[in-house]
Amino acid sequence: MDGNANIYKCIVAQLDNQEYAIPVEKVGAIERKLHMTRVPKTAPCVKGVINLRGVITPIVHLRERFGMTSSVETNESNRIIIVHMENYDVGLIVDAAYDVLDIPQNKLEPAPQVIGAVDVDYIKGVAQVNDRLIMLLDLEKVLDLEALQAMKGKVGQLNG
Amino acid sequence: MEVNEYLEVFIEESKEHIQSLNDHLLILENDPANMETVSEIFRSAHTLKGMAATMGYRDIADLTHKMENVFDAVRNNQISIHSEIMDVLFQAVDQLEGMVLDIVDGGEGAADVQQLVTQLQAIENKEEIPKASAGFASADIVDSKPEAADTIFSPFANLDEFEQTVLRQSKENDCNNLEINVRLAENCLLKAARVYMVFEVLEQVGEVIKSDPTVQELEEENFESSFHVLLITKETADQVKNKILKVSEVEEVVIQEYELAEPSESAQQEETKLDESKEEQKTAAPKQQETTTKTKKAQNVVSKTIRVNIDRLDALMNLFEELVIDKGRLEQISTNLRHSELQDTVEHMSRISNDLQNIILNMRMVPVEQVFNRFPRMVRQLSKDLGKKIDLQIVGAETELDRTVIDEIGDPLVHLIRNSLDHGIETPDKRIQAGKNETGKLLLKAYHSGNHVFIEISDDGAGINKEKVLHKAIENQVVTPEVAEQLSEKEIYQLILSSGFSTADHISDVSGRGVGLDVVKNTIESLGGMLTIESEEGSGSLFSIQLPLTLSIISALLVEVADEKYAIPLSSIIETAIIHKEDILNAHNKQVIDFRGKVVPLLDLKDVFEVPVEKEESDLYPVVIIRKGDKMAGLIVDTFIGQQEIVLKSLGEFLGDVFAISGATILGDGQVALIIDTNTIIT
Repeated sequence: MDGNANIYKCIVAQLDNQEYAIPVEKVGAIERKLHMTRVPKTAPCVKGVINLRGVITPIVHLRERFGMTSSVETNESNRIIIVHMENYDVGLIVDAAYDVLDIPQNKLEPAPQVIGAVDVDYIKGVAQVNDRLIMLLDLEKVLDLEALQAMKGKVGQLNG
Repeated sequence: MEVNEYLEVFIEESKEHIQSLNDHLLILENDPANMETVSEIFRSAHTLKGMAATMGYRDIADLTHKMENVFDAVRNNQISIHSEIMDVLFQAVDQLEGMVLDIVDGGEGAADVQQLVTQLQAIENKEEIPKASAGFASADIVDSKPEAADTIFSPFANLDEFEQTVLRQSKENDCNNLEINVRLAENCLLKAARVYMVFEVLEQVGEVIKSDPTVQELEEENFESSFHVLLITKETADQVKNKILKVSEVEEVVIQEYELAEPSESAQQEETKLDESKEEQKTAAPKQQETTTKTKKAQNVVSKTIRVNIDRLDALMNLFEELVIDKGRLEQISTNLRHSELQDTVEHMSRISNDLQNIILNMRMVPVEQVFNRFPRMVRQLSKDLGKKIDLQIVGAETELDRTVIDEIGDPLVHLIRNSLDHGIETPDKRIQAGKNETGKLLLKAYHSGNHVFIEISDDGAGINKEKVLHKAIENQVVTPEVAEQLSEKEIYQLILSSGFSTADHISDVSGRGVGLDVVKNTIESLGGMLTIESEEGSGSLFSIQLPLTLSIISALLVEVADEKYAIPLSSIIETAIIHKEDILNAHNKQVIDFRGKVVPLLDLKDVFEVPVEKEESDLYPVVIIRKGDKMAGLIVDTFIGQQEIVLKSLGEFLGDVFAISGATILGDGQVALIIDTNTIIT
């Protein structure tokens, strides 16, 4: 995971008053809200694309991806975390993003069976640091295309 | 010497030489007496051999060496070309290509060339060509020597007629015939490499006519420390000497003028030669001039071309795309500011940027010849396999296309040509029955038209049998019988492009597996192109591919729908219009308009893209009329913004294929606009 085997470095993001960790080496940038262009007929959680320094980058709203219904209005502390996946970059909208946090390996635990409304399959584990409960995200699963396809609305008629 | 450094050059040049071998073999097949072609082939084989030997690819060197011998014999009128020889030669070239491809893939370029070598050997010795490997596999290799040994006498005393003629002509043409004696250092380790480098130098300044020992022996390091070379050059002895001495480990270079011995053959030969030379004198002068201007031209071309890595061109293109986006932004700022000096400067910059764009796009343009030139071979082979007679004509091979398109278009074309040969053109006896010439015609034609390049494949074969197509389509459940009745001629032809469709009664090796034509269609469409079919039963069919000139920067019309901006490629727009509400008609619950006497369906982009706004009734609707082939559609928008050069960017792998969107572009204000894929909107 990182240079030091005993430390898990991550960026902590807040969603609906819960804290999630994204491995720091995947994070390319943290942006304030940029102008977004809606892309029709994509999954509801895909909010559109932005121009990130010349690269067209799709944006996923994590709240909607996780099915969190209590949608808080966007405000000044909203952030877009740009993550580099293997073949593409994606921006994740979160309520707020904090600084880098070092989690000692021995504080990491496997994901419990049920955590609130969030489906467990994209939670890799949990860590308890200074009375904070932080969930570690499995980005591959979060951005699993097939899962998103399933959420996608009806796709237009095929070209006959 | 670091081999890897030269590997790329070796591969590039090998490919070129193999192509040239192919081309010239085809010419030779039709015109076996064409000695110029023979020399050309000889030269290619020779160069290949030299390069391969230096790089240590022994099998390639062996094979080319044998080919070289055969052509040497042909050149000296010892063998005459016939079709069996051609077959073996073509096989040999195929084998060479295979080995070079193997090297490209990181292999050793090794292959079992024994059989071909034996066959070539047999040709050289004027024996029967052994058909299969049966028993002949380990046949005589030793035999090959005598012919080569013939030429080894004392340096160049015994030149053959061809060489003498060349030397004589060069004299007449103010060239120097130099006899060069090169001595390498005693302690030289890589003698063959040094020899190769010396030859490199020599080939730059002139033409090597002969060497002693032979090139083959030099490459095998079968010599002590010195060798002789006979060179024709325009440069003086001193110049050549200095150049050779630049090669390290060359100890000594002695150069003297080569005096041509007067022809002293038997009387009979002389007589014939006199006639010949008389004639030659007549033709020699202009012919010589021609060849020298040719070589001069060739040199010019060489000095004016550089090889550039494709990645660099791509990088340049990417940077330029950024520039185009910034240009758009600057233009917008300057219009807003209304500062006249700024406006002048920006305008000037835009003009330069446009010129720059043309140049960069042109740099990426490659003649379609690159793809076409492998077809004559393919057609030759296929027609043999299928027992058909085919005359392939290629028109417009010089037409240029963007490199990315060229890379992709090869396979679809191969498929279409195979299809035409297999299903289109009939067997000779059937053709005679139908009262046609027994040789079928296949025309491959490329040309520019507007912003598009067209590639057409037409044949004068049987054409497409509509009944058969319909029957097959229904049988394979491509269409239902009800739908089938409604189809127009063109729509029926399009059916053969559907997946799981094949009209051939038998599955052949060539085509007819039912996969393929739909792949062809998909590939072409993914390039932003279109495939249309025309056919007349009994007299042939025409497959026409329409391709965009370039894939990355296009002209587009920007439109606004609610507060969203979309770009529509100009190439698919017929015109824009303002339509009155009263002019919109209802046909079967669909909105249509009467556009120049044609009924055109009307689509509201708000519906197509599910724009989240309330629709407002209005009296006037701005409409963009788009087309796909013969079909048209009108798209209702809110506002036309204007025409702009846009840079096509992919939406990325994450989003994959989005309905009716072919990509995105970045506008002058930094926002992203989606590019509408009109092909999927018109169904």
